[in-house]
Amino acid sequence: MNFALVGNPNCGKTTLFNALTGSTAHVGNWPGVTVDKREGTYKKLAEEVQIVDLPGIYSLSPYTPEEVISRNFILDEKPDCVINIVDVTNLERNLYLTTQILEIDVPVIVALNMSDVLEKAGDRIDAQALERAIGVPVVSVSALKEQGTEALMERAYTAARQPRSGSTVLKNTALAHLIGDVKIALDAQGVDSPLFHAVKIIEGDELEIAMHPSTVKMVREFEATFSDDTFGDDFEALIADARYNFITKNFSPTLSRKNQEGLTVSDKADKILTHRLFGIPIFLAVLFSIFHLTFAEDFLFLGIFIPDTFIPFEGTVMEGVLGMGAINSPGVIIFNFWNDVVVGSITSAISSLISGMGISPWAISLINDGILGGLSAVLSFLPQILILFLLFSILEDSGYMARIAFILDRFFSKFGLSGRAFMPMIMGFGCSIPAMVNTRTLADDKERTATIRVIPFFSCGAKLPILTAIAGAIAQSTVGFADIITFSMYILGVVTAIVTVLIMRNTTMRGELPPFIMELPAYHLPQFKSLMIHLWDKAKHFIEKAFTVILASTIVVWFLTNFSWNWQMTDDISTSMLSSLGQFIQPLFTPLGFGAQLGAWGWVFGVAALCGLIAKEDVIATFGTLSACILGAALTEDESGVSYVLTMVEVTGATVPALISFIAFNMTTVPCFAAVAAARAELPDKKTFSWTLVFWLATSYVVGAVVYTVGTWWWTVFLWLAAAALVALAIILYNRKHKAV
Amino acid sequence: MDKYLNEFSIGERGVVKKISAEGKIKRRLFDMGVTPNTSIFLRKVAPLGDPIEVTLRGYELTLRKSEAQCILMEVTR
Repeated sequence: MNFALVGNPNCGKTTLFNALTGSTAHVGNWPGVTVDKREGTYKKLAEEVQIVDLPGIYSLSPYTPEEVISRNFILDEKPDCVINIVDVTNLERNLYLTTQILEIDVPVIVALNMSDVLEKAGDRIDAQALERAIGVPVVSVSALKEQGTEALMERAYTAARQPRSGSTVLKNTALAHLIGDVKIALDAQGVDSPLFHAVKIIEGDELEIAMHPSTVKMVREFEATFSDDTFGDDFEALIADARYNFITKNFSPTLSRKNQEGLTVSDKADKILTHRLFGIPIFLAVLFSIFHLTFAEDFLFLGIFIPDTFIPFEGTVMEGVLGMGAINSPGVIIFNFWNDVVVGSITSAISSLISGMGISPWAISLINDGILGGLSAVLSFLPQILILFLLFSILEDSGYMARIAFILDRFFSKFGLSGRAFMPMIMGFGCSIPAMVNTRTLADDKERTATIRVIPFFSCGAKLPILTAIAGAIAQSTVGFADIITFSMYILGVVTAIVTVLIMRNTTMRGELPPFIMELPAYHLPQFKSLMIHLWDKAKHFIEKAFTVILASTIVVWFLTNFSWNWQMTDDISTSMLSSLGQFIQPLFTPLGFGAQLGAWGWVFGVAALCGLIAKEDVIATFGTLSACILGAALTEDESGVSYVLTMVEVTGATVPALISFIAFNMTTVPCFAAVAAARAELPDKKTFSWTLVFWLATSYVVGAVVYTVGTWWWTVFLWLAAAALVALAIILYNRKHKAV
Repeated sequence: MDKYLNEFSIGERGVVKKISAEGKIKRRLFDMGVTPNTSIFLRKVAPLGDPIEVTLRGYELTLRKSEAQCILMEVTR
């Protein structure tokens, strides 16, 4: 048997789903859209029941992907029973969806969730009266406490074995006759659930009108003769109003409210969190704490109290894990532990194992440098990605995320985005992958695409080594302060994001500003169980990617680095395929300052950028490998990589503008393979994905060229400004012409 | 007295008289319970002056002033 869970967002649907299915749950995507599809099995009945958790929706209108999915699932897949979860603390709006589901020819059962919360507040709901009024079973449950779920499933199982035809609450309205006539016409055509389709056609639902054009004439004829005092001939308004009237008239008695007014805990919290003056500072503090918890190497700034000689577990494998001269944040401790202790010992164990097996050197190199190196580079992010996910899920589940959107919508609407776009962008400073997945909270496809494209410009943690190494080298060799250079590069990334979003929203990603009509759910404590389930799904998803797409890409790069064109393995990277590819693409980077003008070793820059596709840490690591080749001996190990960059500058004569252009290029170009794979999964289609790659290449090329030319010849700034003005003018003229049409 | 919801000040309450939105926004407003004769209370304005937060049918809804401009209200207090 097959049951479907349907209900409003924030009604406790996912909690109920987790309570019913436990560990059997698994998450996928609905075909064609990136909306989570959760499925699981309930085992406590005479037979196993498959349960599908449909996306949270307010209505069965055809305007959001979630609504279309839910409605098509119920209509086409014909589940044996629909379990409609209703949050009794918000009865009116929740029952609005119920009145629509009742119109479909499918067994329905209503689960009244959070009845316990209501009783605690001194209110009471009469489930039996509700059952009599809507004609389907009604069961009180508490999804959180897992109470009443067995009774619910028993009754759903009984209901599922009796076919049910749809019923409507619009029986006593002016449209009742029309609904009846259209229903009969559809029934004669052999349409399933004729009542549901009839009502939707009369509401003017675009999908339905396209599907059943023959009946539209009946509606139009009736419309011509019809006029209502309040609504005129607006049937959509009339029907929505009738549904709500039915609910308030019939169900108000079932809900006896004791204390209607007065501030709840949630109201009090909201008063502070979205306060006119404190709202934004509090939000900034929350954001800072998240990044501090995940990435700080000086947790709570305790470093000033701790001597520099403080190195716990010195000399052991745990050295530096907890911090050096300061305490690491939990995120960094887990990161260090995972990489130095877990991943580190596994890879070294495998290396020593295979080196003793007497297999050929190329196979050892493939396993060590290609597979293990690539995988550990990607898996090394896993702990911090998961911590970021966890903290952001807490914000989402607690209801604070919706308030952040509320606070920031004004600012973002200026760039054609809604306040919701903020979260994914800011998460990009940590890691692009969770950021791209988080764009699922954006309803509009074009808004999502534009957001995904600019996420890499919010420089992630892995790009920081590029910044510190090169900025450090500049500060040492010429003038300037490394921290100022680093900070300006972050700003450059944000500015690039703002400019490109503006351009996209006015050209290819043009569209109305997405509406911002959103529920602000009551605050509540996030649940440990759902958080862990959520986290586990993400980890599984990420690991799957690491072992497929990313592994394949790292092997290709390993091959190019270690083999020459005559298919011979080579130790000298300057004879490898990669170096000749590097020399081949070298002239391309001339306008960016790190191309032909850098001479014989100049290809190193292009190759380093290419290697950055595996993981952005590899950019500086490549400098390390290559400078060792050039000097014929390994440089002294140097944590920040400054000496690697200095060697390369010495050999190639790269100028300061060229170096800064190189940072800018790496910051705005195609992100690492893991992030590219995430973008592929989150973007709506293949074409958009291909254009996204083009967009990244083009943007980084232009940004690099601007930085280099302006840095070298200051007057070129006027040329660039003139070009920008021309582009802006062209866009404005084009848009004006098209709006006029 | 009639005025549009975007002209309300904090603490004002009114009843919906007419919704002049079209298409997606209209549908969305209906689905969220903004229908004629619904009582709406303006609870809060976001720190940057837009959007607004209202209470209706026992829950909190946020919408932009540009969307609230489509909702004609009769002020009740």
